[in-house]
Amino acid sequence: MTEVLDYVSDPWTLEFMRRGLIAAVMVSAVAAVIGCFVILKGMAFIGDALPHASFGGVAAAFVLGANLYLGGAIAAVLTALLIGFVSRRALLKYDTAIGILFVGAFAAGILIISRRTNYTPDLFSFVFGNVLGVSWSDVWTTAVVAAVILVLVVLFYKELLFVTYDPSMAAAAGLPVAAVQYGLLALIGVTTVIGLQTVGIVLVVALIVTPAATAQLLTRRLPAMMAAGAAVGVLSSLAGLYVAYYADVSASAAIVLTATAFFFLAFLFAPGRGLLWQRGFSPAGRV
Amino acid sequence: MAEQSGPALALEADDIWAGYNGRTALEGVAFNIETGCLAGLVGPNGSGKSTLLRLILGLHKPWRGRIRIFGSGARPDRLRLGYTPQTEQVDWSFPVTVLDVVLMGRYGRLGPLRRPTATDRDIARQALESVRMADLADRRIGELSGGQQRRALVARALAQEADLLLLDEPLSGLDATAQHDLINLFEGLRHQGKTLLVATHDLSCVAADFDHAILLNRKVVAFGRPADVFTEELLNATFQRHLLLVRLEDRTYVGHD
Ligand SMILES: Nc1ncnc2c1ncn2[C@@H]1O[C@H](COP(=O)(O)OP(=O)(O)OP(=O)(O)O)[C@@H](O)[C@H]1O
Ligand SMILES: [Mg+2]
Repeated sequence: MTEVLDYVSDPWTLEFMRRGLIAAVMVSAVAAVIGCFVILKGMAFIGDALPHASFGGVAAAFVLGANLYLGGAIAAVLTALLIGFVSRRALLKYDTAIGILFVGAFAAGILIISRRTNYTPDLFSFVFGNVLGVSWSDVWTTAVVAAVILVLVVLFYKELLFVTYDPSMAAAAGLPVAAVQYGLLALIGVTTVIGLQTVGIVLVVALIVTPAATAQLLTRRLPAMMAAGAAVGVLSSLAGLYVAYYADVSASAAIVLTATAFFFLAFLFAPGRGLLWQRGFSPAGRV
Repeated sequence: MAEQSGPALALEADDIWAGYNGRTALEGVAFNIETGCLAGLVGPNGSGKSTLLRLILGLHKPWRGRIRIFGSGARPDRLRLGYTPQTEQVDWSFPVTVLDVVLMGRYGRLGPLRRPTATDRDIARQALESVRMADLADRRIGELSGGQQRRALVARALAQEADLLLLDEPLSGLDATAQHDLINLFEGLRHQGKTLLVATHDLSCVAADFDHAILLNRKVVAFGRPADVFTEELLNATFQRHLLLVRLEDRTYVGHD
């Protein structure tokens, strides 16, 4: 019995594991909440684009000796707003605008870095994430940003719901649709930046999309979807860190793969909507 | 409060030109509608019905011309205008219940940071009741039939408690009873002094139950009482094909050959 308990508690005797867990839990919960809006609007691609775009800012900040996260956040939010602007004007289709802008910003990052020969591991941690390397000050920054995002979502829930669900009705009812849409894009941008630390540029899209998509299969209303998404994200972080600790594999990959596993479980077994449910149990399936 | 003396106008459109990407959709549209009347907006597909409704709402800007609402050229209080979009424009896969959607009709009144109160919920439930959808309040919006979806959208506009209701094809795809119920509802609203402008393809229904009709095909071909404007000549000019008018006693039926 105590042996089992040891297995459970062993990882958390290490301070860097505790820090990593706290950071991962906060990031994955917020990413899932924001992710609900992202997938409901069919914008999953943006969850991939903004982290890449933020690399431009990170690289610029690196060269200038400024705060890397601040640089990344500025680049991500600017790209998000620009994507919103271009697609609101219907100048280009949404995903075309995203494709052009994010690759541009990412390339700018590579360009800036290529002027300097000494790539530091610091920058690599942005690409692949380094959840076990976060400092307490990183944890605090993440906590403050995550809290601000969640408070904004709660305060403006009504507006976010109406504008994402039916923008033209919302406009007709006098809601500030453009402001809400830009605000949401900015929140997505900031969310991706705090996700960089945990899972890195390449994988952050998974924290935004996968838990929210899992929750969509399990719930019927948006508040429940957000809560379930956050729960899936938190569980994935926890389970992923155990896997990373005992199997000695990359923590960010383990977190993302755990979330993917949860998604497939829901995809197969979700009551009423899962694949097996539809095949095996529904009256239509018994033809 | 319902009866207003004199022909107070709910809506006056004067020489409205509008379109999309440089292509005209409306050419010099002009008409007016009295307060407290049930008006039908009819015309073929692409004739500009939805565009006209969106112009009145301020969702789309005219190139030229003026729209006066309740006698004022300034944008009226948003709360006085209710709207149901054509169902094709609505996202039905969203995780919201029917009641959630109807409650959105109240959001414009709430202002920022305020949540719907128990009163708002009551009003939303009453609106659902009046389209006979109270029992479906907790259904996911995507789990409704086409006709039920339309009625849910009408309920949302009702929950807004607007004075001028702009309804884009609320009657399409409804079964005969539901259509009859909705027309009764419209008449009840008109008796409360509300003004309704309803885009529809159901000409017989307009002929039988509406007190005003606008025939639209990029231009206003005619407007006035259905009995006056539903002539073969005007209808053929609107739809640019031959329509059959059958008058039986005091009812008019429109079909095609
Ligand atoms: N978003 C848009 N972008 C470009 N053109 C548009 C757009 N919406 C409508 N149009 C064009 O404007 C014209 C009027 O369209 P509108 O939707 O107002 O017609 P409608 O009378 O509502 O038709 P329906 O009976 O099919 O609903 C059409 O020629 C249409 O092609
Ligand atoms: Mg239309």
